[in-house]
Amino acid sequence: MENNQYSAHLKRQMLLDSVFRVATRFFAFLVLAMLIGILISLLIGAMPSIRHFGWGFLTSSEWDPVTEQFGAVVPIFGTLITSFIALLIGVPISFGIAIFLTELCPPMLKRPLGIAVELLAGIPSIIYGMWGLFVFAPLFGEHVQPWILENMGDLPLVGFLFQGAPMGIGIFTAGLILAIMVIPFIASVMRDVFEVVPPMLKESAYGLGGTTWEVVRYVVLPYTKTGVVGGIMLGLGRALGETMAVTFVIGNSSIFATGLFEAGNSIASTLANEFAEANGELYLSSLIQLGLILFFITFVVLSCSKLLLLQLKKQEGRSS
Amino acid sequence: MSTSQAIGSEKAIKVMSQSTQRNNAIYARRRLVNGFNMLAATLAMGFGLFWLFWILWTLLQHGLSGLSADVFTQITPPPGSAGGLANAIAGSLQMTFFGILFGTPIGILAGVYLAEYGERGWLAPATRFINDILLSAPSIVIGLFVYEVYVVSVGHFSGWAGSMALALLVIPVVVRTTENMLRLVPNSLREAAIALGAPQWKVIMYVTLRAAKAGVITGILLAVARISGETAPLLFTALNNQFWSNMNQPMANLPIVIFQFAMSPYEDWHALAWAGALLITFSVLTLNILARWFASKNNSTH
Repeated sequence: MENNQYSAHLKRQMLLDSVFRVATRFFAFLVLAMLIGILISLLIGAMPSIRHFGWGFLTSSEWDPVTEQFGAVVPIFGTLITSFIALLIGVPISFGIAIFLTELCPPMLKRPLGIAVELLAGIPSIIYGMWGLFVFAPLFGEHVQPWILENMGDLPLVGFLFQGAPMGIGIFTAGLILAIMVIPFIASVMRDVFEVVPPMLKESAYGLGGTTWEVVRYVVLPYTKTGVVGGIMLGLGRALGETMAVTFVIGNSSIFATGLFEAGNSIASTLANEFAEANGELYLSSLIQLGLILFFITFVVLSCSKLLLLQLKKQEGRSS
Repeated sequence: MSTSQAIGSEKAIKVMSQSTQRNNAIYARRRLVNGFNMLAATLAMGFGLFWLFWILWTLLQHGLSGLSADVFTQITPPPGSAGGLANAIAGSLQMTFFGILFGTPIGILAGVYLAEYGERGWLAPATRFINDILLSAPSIVIGLFVYEVYVVSVGHFSGWAGSMALALLVIPVVVRTTENMLRLVPNSLREAAIALGAPQWKVIMYVTLRAAKAGVITGILLAVARISGETAPLLFTALNNQFWSNMNQPMANLPIVIFQFAMSPYEDWHALAWAGALLITFSVLTLNILARWFASKNNSTH
């Protein structure tokens, strides 16, 4: 009798156990399914435009809702160039911040300064956009841009980049604000990977009489190479998909920009500006196809970043 | 004899002083390079902090003057008349609440799978990888996804669609922190519980999850901070509303009201947008700091 009760109890617990395991497994699978779902739903939504334009969508720079002619060159180019500017400015700064936080900072300030940099990542992107439009762009357009236009507009080869009207907004401003937004991401990855360098390696280099810079350059950096590149890719992934900050300051023009100070458009800002008002199946599905392209690009970049960071982790496991 | 010795030693001194000079030049150059680069690193730190303080200062400068009791009690006005942001604040709170309510359980359970059952098989590594990608995936694409699967089939924008988009953003954050926090729980706790004969679901629910409670709450706080400032995923899910609305209608929310008001040419709308921006930024930053403080307090008691 008692034995029966026990075995019934045991059975119930075993059942509950497997139910629980299957449930958690299901939700883990749901995360995976989310990605697949996003891809499939975007693909279905973009079908009309894919059928209508074919590969021409990727090579045409025309974007005209009235005649329903759509091409993705201008937004794709805008996304890539703003992200590139962001990395160009953001990477050296992040590197400097990471060196400061790991090598130079007095221990007492380490935590507050680290948190301050991470708070920069906490500020919502719409705030960056507003600040860029109302505070930064007028100052930049009034005081810095005229000087650059005057002194660098006539340079051979690169001069054409620095021509245009000093409006304050445009591709360069968008890139600069993106740079400020990606700095915390890149800097905190760099700081974290710099901290996994075994102290013995660094101390040996210091013991041979190396300066701090030499230790960073010839010991820390080679050791953490993959992690640093992974961090940069992570920042790139963030910059590519950033929407609101760019929408405020890029100027929203669907004409191909030739200079850094001209108005342009990125994939995300096109979506933010036009999607809610788009009418017509072809218009909507062209916008969705833009979203698909954006998702694809960021997916590839973020995968590379993740793989590089994983590689560093493996290396760390081996050497210890 | 003595003269030749003297000449020899003179030569040696000359050679030595030459090499010391060369060495000194190298040392000086290395010190210079080091000093320059370290100065550059310090300046980079200053550069980062400079933007943070400039942005916060701007917000205080423009936002404080617009902040009044009206902001919390009146609804969003048409241009030219007085009003507040009450419906937008309420909308944001509701959508954030439901986003967290839907997203958190899914995230915690998936995180439990990764930490407790995820040693073998293909699912756990794949999920971990995809989750990290979703963590930084462009949020506007999440908005597009919800538009495609929910808004199109229902036929109108709504607060529920907004909450759904936010829930999808919550999941990766919670999965990540839950897994990390569960991994910090010492194995001896699990073994002790199993040795007492507890079935695994009880071990997880009553022992490991409970031990990692503070960490999981930190994750939820971070998720709230993440979604309460998000604009892009709400653009084509919740849209906007000038009036009070229920969850089944297009719903006003702070980020989009800020976007609309800031992009408009009206001065009084700008003032309200700055007030909203101040509110949103300081609540997000407070949540961030709170989460960190919570996490550090938890770590120190272990």
